[in-house]
Amino acid sequence: MKSDSLFLIGRRLLQAAPVVMGIIVVTFILTRALPGDPAVFFAGPAADEKSIAEIRASLGLDKSWPEQFWVYLQNLSRGDLGKSISTGQPVMEELATRLPASLELTLMGLFLAVAIAIPLGMLAATRPNSLVDHLCRLVVTIGVSLPTFFTGLFLVYIFYFLLGLSPAPLGRLSIIHIAPDHVTGFYLIDSLIAGDFEVFRAALYQMILPASTLAIFALAPLARMTRAAMLGVLSSDFVRTARASGLSRKTILWVYAFQNAILPVLTTLGMVFSFLLGANVLVEKVFAWPGIGSFAIEALIASDYAAVQGFVLAMALMYVLLNLAIDILYTVVDPRIGLEG
Amino acid sequence: MNRDVSDNKQFKRRDFLKIGAGAAAGAGLLPLLKYLPAEAAAGRDTLVVVIGNGPNSMDIHRKGTNRPSYQVAVNIYDRLVTYGRKKLPDGNVMYDYRKIEPELAESWSFAPDGMSVTFKIRKDARFHDGKPVTAHDVKWSFDRAVSLGGFPAVQMKAGSLIKPEQFVALDKYTFKINFIRKSKLTLPDLGVPVPLIINSVAAKAKATKSDPWATEYLHKNPQGGGAFKLGRWKPGQQTVYIRNDEWKSGPLPGVKRVIVREVASASTRRALLLRGDADVSLDLPPKDTKELTSNKKLKIAGVPIENCIHAVGLNLNFKPFADVRVRQAMAYAMPYEKIFKAAAYERGLPLWGAKSADPAGTLWPQPFPYDTDTDKAKGLLKEAGYAKGFKVTLSFNLGLAYWTEPTALLIQEGLGKVGIEAKLDKIPGSGWRTKALVEKKLPMHLKNFGGWLNYPEYYFFWAYQPKRLFNSMNYDNPKLNKLVDETLHMPVGSPGYADNVKAFIKIAFEDVPLIPLWQPYLDVAMQKDVAGYEYWFHRQLDVRPFKKLPKKA
Repeated sequence: MKSDSLFLIGRRLLQAAPVVMGIIVVTFILTRALPGDPAVFFAGPAADEKSIAEIRASLGLDKSWPEQFWVYLQNLSRGDLGKSISTGQPVMEELATRLPASLELTLMGLFLAVAIAIPLGMLAATRPNSLVDHLCRLVVTIGVSLPTFFTGLFLVYIFYFLLGLSPAPLGRLSIIHIAPDHVTGFYLIDSLIAGDFEVFRAALYQMILPASTLAIFALAPLARMTRAAMLGVLSSDFVRTARASGLSRKTILWVYAFQNAILPVLTTLGMVFSFLLGANVLVEKVFAWPGIGSFAIEALIASDYAAVQGFVLAMALMYVLLNLAIDILYTVVDPRIGLEG
Repeated sequence: MNRDVSDNKQFKRRDFLKIGAGAAAGAGLLPLLKYLPAEAAAGRDTLVVVIGNGPNSMDIHRKGTNRPSYQVAVNIYDRLVTYGRKKLPDGNVMYDYRKIEPELAESWSFAPDGMSVTFKIRKDARFHDGKPVTAHDVKWSFDRAVSLGGFPAVQMKAGSLIKPEQFVALDKYTFKINFIRKSKLTLPDLGVPVPLIINSVAAKAKATKSDPWATEYLHKNPQGGGAFKLGRWKPGQQTVYIRNDEWKSGPLPGVKRVIVREVASASTRRALLLRGDADVSLDLPPKDTKELTSNKKLKIAGVPIENCIHAVGLNLNFKPFADVRVRQAMAYAMPYEKIFKAAAYERGLPLWGAKSADPAGTLWPQPFPYDTDTDKAKGLLKEAGYAKGFKVTLSFNLGLAYWTEPTALLIQEGLGKVGIEAKLDKIPGSGWRTKALVEKKLPMHLKNFGGWLNYPEYYFFWAYQPKRLFNSMNYDNPKLNKLVDETLHMPVGSPGYADNVKAFIKIAFEDVPLIPLWQPYLDVAMQKDVAGYEYWFHRQLDVRPFKKLPKKA
C-alpha cells in the first residue's frame, strides 16, 4: 500500500514536469503579447525616446524573444525569478511574503467553510425538506449570489464601521503590532513559535472578517456537494442493507455513508481552494491584505513581465502540488483509487 | 490603475449596503469578536495616514520608481532650496512658486554675467548617519540625477541641467552650477523632488563596478539628511517615518512618527477615517470628497492643482477637426455644467464661460470663452460643411475611469444633439501613453496634463508645441510656437512677458485644439485635530508640516 502511494506520487510529479515546462513557455509568450509596453510605462509620462530606449535596454527587452527566453531559462535554473519593476522587489521575495499571506487567509476561510458546510450538508441530507434543509438551501443561495467584495464591504460596514467590534481592516496586523519573525510566513504559526500570544490574537482578529468573507463564498459549493453526495449514498443499496442489518444510525451515517460520500466533496474542496486563492483579489483590496492576488493584478496592468511570469509559475506549481495532495487523500479515503493509479 | 475602476463599483454597492443592512452575517463567529481595537488610543505624537498606493522604491532616481515614492524624496531627503508658502483665501496653505527659500543652501548668488550660480551650504547640516553635508555630496547627487537617464534626467533638463560638467564643488561648503543658458526655470527646478542631496560617502561605499551610482543599495536604504528617517518600509503595506530631531534645514516637524499605510479600497479608507483609526486619507475619489465635506468630524482640504486641466483633445489629423470652425463647434457642444456636476462632483474650478474673447491676465489655466450652446455649434458645423454631422471615436484612459467614463458618456450625449455620433473607446492604463501621446492617433480623447513648474509657457511648451509628448492633438501654429519659445526662459517680470503670455493664450482660445473642462482639486481629508497640511506641486505626501492639536476634553 505504501509503495503504491509512493509510486503514485512519483508518477504524478513526473507527469507534472511537461505541464510546468508548457506553462513556462506559454506565460513567456503571453506576457509579451500583452498590450502595452513596459519600458514606456516605467519611463514615466515625461520621458523622451532616449530614456525609454535606456530603460528598454536595462530591462533586457531590446533583445529578440528567443534570446530573452534563453536568459529567462538561465535565471530560472538559478532560482532567480527576476525583479518586479512595479514593486521594485525581487519576484522571489514578493512571492515569499505574499503567498503565505494569501495561503493563510485562504486556508482559514476554507477551514471555516468546511466546519460549517459539511455538518450542514449532512444534516440537510438526513432530513430532506426539513427546516435544516431549507436553511441549507438558503445559505447556499446566499453564498453563491453574493460577490465577495460585497460580502467583504458588508461585513466591514457592520462589524467595523457600525458596531466597532472588529479591528480596523488594515491587513494582517493592526498598526501597533509588529510582525513575528519569518519562519513559515503564516503569522498564526510564526507568532506561536515566537511565543507571542498577543500577536497571535491580533493576527487572528484581523483574519476573522476576511476569512468569513471567503468562507461565505466557499460554503455554497461544499454544502451543496455534501448534501447531494450524502443523499445519493443514503439511498444506495448498501446503506439499505446496513439499515436492514440493524446497524446503529451513527455507524451507518459516519462509517458507511460519509466515507463514501466524501470523495466528491474532496474534489470540490480542491477546486474551491484553488479558486479561492485566485479569486480573493477583491477581498485583499477591501481588507488591505498584502496577498498575491492584488500583486498579480497590478503586475498585469503594468505589463510587469517578471512578476506575471513568477506569479503564474508559482500558482502552476501550487496547483500541481494541490492536485497531488487531493489524489493522495483519495487513496487514503478510497484504497481502490491508489491501486488503479 | 484598475483600482479606480473597481472602487467605483464599490460605491454603488455601498449605497446598496445602507439599504439592505441586516441580510446575512458571518454566523457562528460572533463570540470571537469581543474585542476593542487598541489603536483607539493612538498617540498624539503619531500620525496615521492611509493612502491608495504606496512607494515602490526609496530612490527617486531609479528606473520604474512610481509617483507615491516622491514622498520619500520629500520627507527623507533635503534639497538645496525649497519654496515659500502662502495662505489661500479659504485658509488652506500652499507652496508659493514665486518664492525660492533656503533648505540645505544657506544662501546663493548669481555671477555678474548671469551664467552661473554659487551656493553656500549650511555648515551645521548632517546626514542621518552623522556625516556633515558637503558640496561633494551635492556634486555627486546632481551628477547622479543627470547620469542615470529616464525621468530624473528629463526633469533636470527642464531646468537646463544636462551634464555633470555643469556642477562644481569649489570647496567643502561651496557649490557652483554653470548654466548652458540663462533660464528662469533653473532655480525653481532645484526645489522639485529630483535634485535631492544624497550622502555620497555612504552610497559610494555600496557602489560596484556595474552599479556605480549604488542604485541597488539606495533603492532600499535611503541615505539622506531630511526631516524624517526611515523607520520601516514594507513595500505594498506600509512606510514608517521617524522624526530626525537633529534636522536643521527647517522647523522641526510637529509629529514624531508617521505611519503611512496602504489601503487599496477607497471605501475602506473612508471607513477608517470616519471611525477615527486614520488621521489623514489621501487619494480620495471626488464623489467621496463631496460626501465627506458635510461631515462635521472631518476636515477636507481641496486645492486646485496648479497648471493642470482635464480636457478634450481634438486631433487635427482627423479631417473634420482640421477646420477651426468644427473645433469651435465642438467647444460649444460640450455639456460643461453637467460634466462638472456628474463627473467632477464640483471638486474643481470651471474652465468655461469666460465673457470676453481676450484672456483675463496671464493666469493659467483660465476659463475659455465657450459655453454649452447647441445652436451656435450647429451653425458652425453647417458653415464648415458638416450640417449632417460626422462620426468620431472618443477615447479615454480606463486607469482614470472615475472621471473619464462619466465625462465621455456625457460628451457622447452632448455631441448627439448636434448630429455628431461619438463611439466610445476605452483604453487600459498601460496602453494609454503609447496610443495617445506617442502615436498621437486618437481623433478625440480625454486628457489631463499638469506641469510641476507653474508657468503658462511651460504648459504650452509641453501641450501646444508640435511633436511634444503631451501635444496629442498634432496641433502646430507657427505664431504660437514662436511666442512660447520666446517666453520659456524669459523672467516673469520682464517687458513683453505678459503680452506674450496673453497672446498665446488668445490663440489657444481661438484655435481650441484642446477644450478645457475643469481644473481639478487635490483633495485630502483629515481629522479635525490634524493641522498643518500644505499643498505642494508634486501632489505627494509631505509629512513635515503636519501636527496634531491637543484633544479637547
